[in-house]
Amino acid sequence: MLKIENLHARVAGKEILKGIDLTVNAGEVHAIMGPNGAGKSTLGNVLSGRDGYEVTAGTVTFNGVDLLTLEPEARAAAGVFLAFQYPVEIPGVNNTYFLRTALNAQRKQRGEKDLDSMQFLKLVREKLKVMQLPDDLLHRAVNEGFSGGEKKRNEIFQMALLEPRLAILDETDSGLDIDALKQVAAGVNLLRSADRAFLMITHYQRLLDYVVPDFVHVLAGGRIVESGDKSLALRLEEHGYAGIAARHPAELGA
Amino acid sequence: MSAGISPPLLASLLDAPLPASGIGWLDAARRDNREAFAAAGLPDTRVEAWKYTALRALSQRRFASGDAHAGACAIDAALYALPGVIGPRMVFVNGVFRGDLSALDQLPAGLQLQPLSGALAADAEALRFTLSRHYRDPGDAFARINAASASDGVVLRVAAGVQVTTPVQLVFVGALAPTDIAWHVRNVIELGEGSALELVEQHVGNGTQAHLGTQVSDIELRQGAQLRHVLVQNATGATLMRRSSVRIHQSARASMHMLELGGALVRHEVRVDLVGDGARFDGRGVFMPHGRQHMDTQLAIRHQALDTVSDAHWRGVASERGRGVFRGAVLVAPGADGSDANLTNKNLLLSDSAEIDTKPELEIYADEVQAAHGATVGQLDEQALFYLRSRGIGAGEARALLTSAFCRAVLGDMANAQLREHVGEMLLAHLPA
Repeated sequence: MLKIENLHARVAGKEILKGIDLTVNAGEVHAIMGPNGAGKSTLGNVLSGRDGYEVTAGTVTFNGVDLLTLEPEARAAAGVFLAFQYPVEIPGVNNTYFLRTALNAQRKQRGEKDLDSMQFLKLVREKLKVMQLPDDLLHRAVNEGFSGGEKKRNEIFQMALLEPRLAILDETDSGLDIDALKQVAAGVNLLRSADRAFLMITHYQRLLDYVVPDFVHVLAGGRIVESGDKSLALRLEEHGYAGIAARHPAELGA
Repeated sequence: MSAGISPPLLASLLDAPLPASGIGWLDAARRDNREAFAAAGLPDTRVEAWKYTALRALSQRRFASGDAHAGACAIDAALYALPGVIGPRMVFVNGVFRGDLSALDQLPAGLQLQPLSGALAADAEALRFTLSRHYRDPGDAFARINAASASDGVVLRVAAGVQVTTPVQLVFVGALAPTDIAWHVRNVIELGEGSALELVEQHVGNGTQAHLGTQVSDIELRQGAQLRHVLVQNATGATLMRRSSVRIHQSARASMHMLELGGALVRHEVRVDLVGDGARFDGRGVFMPHGRQHMDTQLAIRHQALDTVSDAHWRGVASERGRGVFRGAVLVAPGADGSDANLTNKNLLLSDSAEIDTKPELEIYADEVQAAHGATVGQLDEQALFYLRSRGIGAGEARALLTSAFCRAVLGDMANAQLREHVGEMLLAHLPA
């Protein structure tokens, strides 16, 4: 589904990604872990097309399409979803209106018909119930005045509604208490399916107790330095990133 | 204005014969204001209130007085039709009252609505105080020429205690004419004690014309009166110089929403006097200059009595080479203790060549006053833009969504829901692609 080869990227002239190779197949859940400044969020932002990230080498293909040439909205329509580390508050834009506009914009790009307001509302109610979110979330402005937990749950709710092929969760677990973390994890687990893949960017192993990954990769110094199964995350938790640094001095500048 | 030089604008406006009313005091007031206009001419940018609106180009233009066809030319009612607004209506075309387009039969009891010419013929004395004014300020050029030349306009009175339940619509159409013309209207609006009125005022264009229109409105709210006033200016190509003066007496309340969308060079001076204890003014405005439009809003609020409240929020969005000017001056006079004044103006620049000049001013001479004011000029939030795009919304639509949300923030409390919805759509339609 997603094939990243030798990806190099710069932010503000500074090289952050220094040759990422990663293949993600449909149905798989990959966790990307690593110390602060390793380039985890940069990877998510490059994949979703945020401005200010300059790809200097390498390729990213998504279901056979060169992802890097697409505008962010086209990537979304192709099935890429980024759950933001810091979801943006948008005063004055009603959440329901935003979601319907987004869904119909994606459908239009895919050559599908718009959902009318009745069809949309039915879908929304369904997803809200599954995600166990309160109705009033719909009537508020996008993320405005939401608590940290509500913002993250709103991200997962959007994901449920937009049904992406590839979901990138950028530190979705950060800033959550244990109850909120469980709710978010439950939402993600509900969306796991044979035709959907997840890239979970996280700093801690905690989320992986609830959303068990198929693969764990350690990103350090702009490269994936180790890959393994979920036991790699457990070892990291035990020994910290210091152990990685000892094994990969070049990547960590040690 | 240096002596001896009479720019074409001045000459052409002074060329127009004074309307003869046969009413001594009115003819005298017209003569005096005309002389004051001739003597002082146009303000230049050294006059503080005109600092950001230069009249050099306008001063070189000529306008014919009056339009012989305005009384009969065809006007499509779709120009001014509004959802949720069906009731009494007065329509003026190039300053000429059009009874055939107006709806003045079946006025509700207690509502007087008629052209100024008719009101003068019926009872001139009732208008004497308002219409004998002499405009003395150096910035008053257009008020002066209006006072000298306006022969018609709206007279609207609501009797004490009367609640007018259907909105009243005032429409000013700028219509194509063989030459560019100058037209002038003078409106007098009075709400009696404890009365209530919803008023919708529109400026629209029938074809792109480049007329000069001046309008002066005096609005008086007696004790306990309630006015809801929506003004939508969507004229095409016109130069419009308007002044709305609102006097609010004890416990009365005026709520005004003002949209500036059209025109080439437009200026609206809004003067609010809170003269009775507990009087309240709520003002909301949006101005959206694009192309080469120049839009100037001059808001002056004076708290002159105890416990008066003003709450004013304006938003500007300038794109292409559009230029916006906002001056918001709040004065709390000596003795107006317990006043509460809140004024903000937030602006968006959507292009490098757009410009907005904003100047909030606050002067306080009373005690126990709460006052806040602020102004900002910025660009669309890139984070928000990316957030929307990352969900599949195209860049253009995302920009429009954010811009319209920015404007709607000050229109959300417009009481007439259908009108609010419609105005929101007008905003969207007006946004640059």
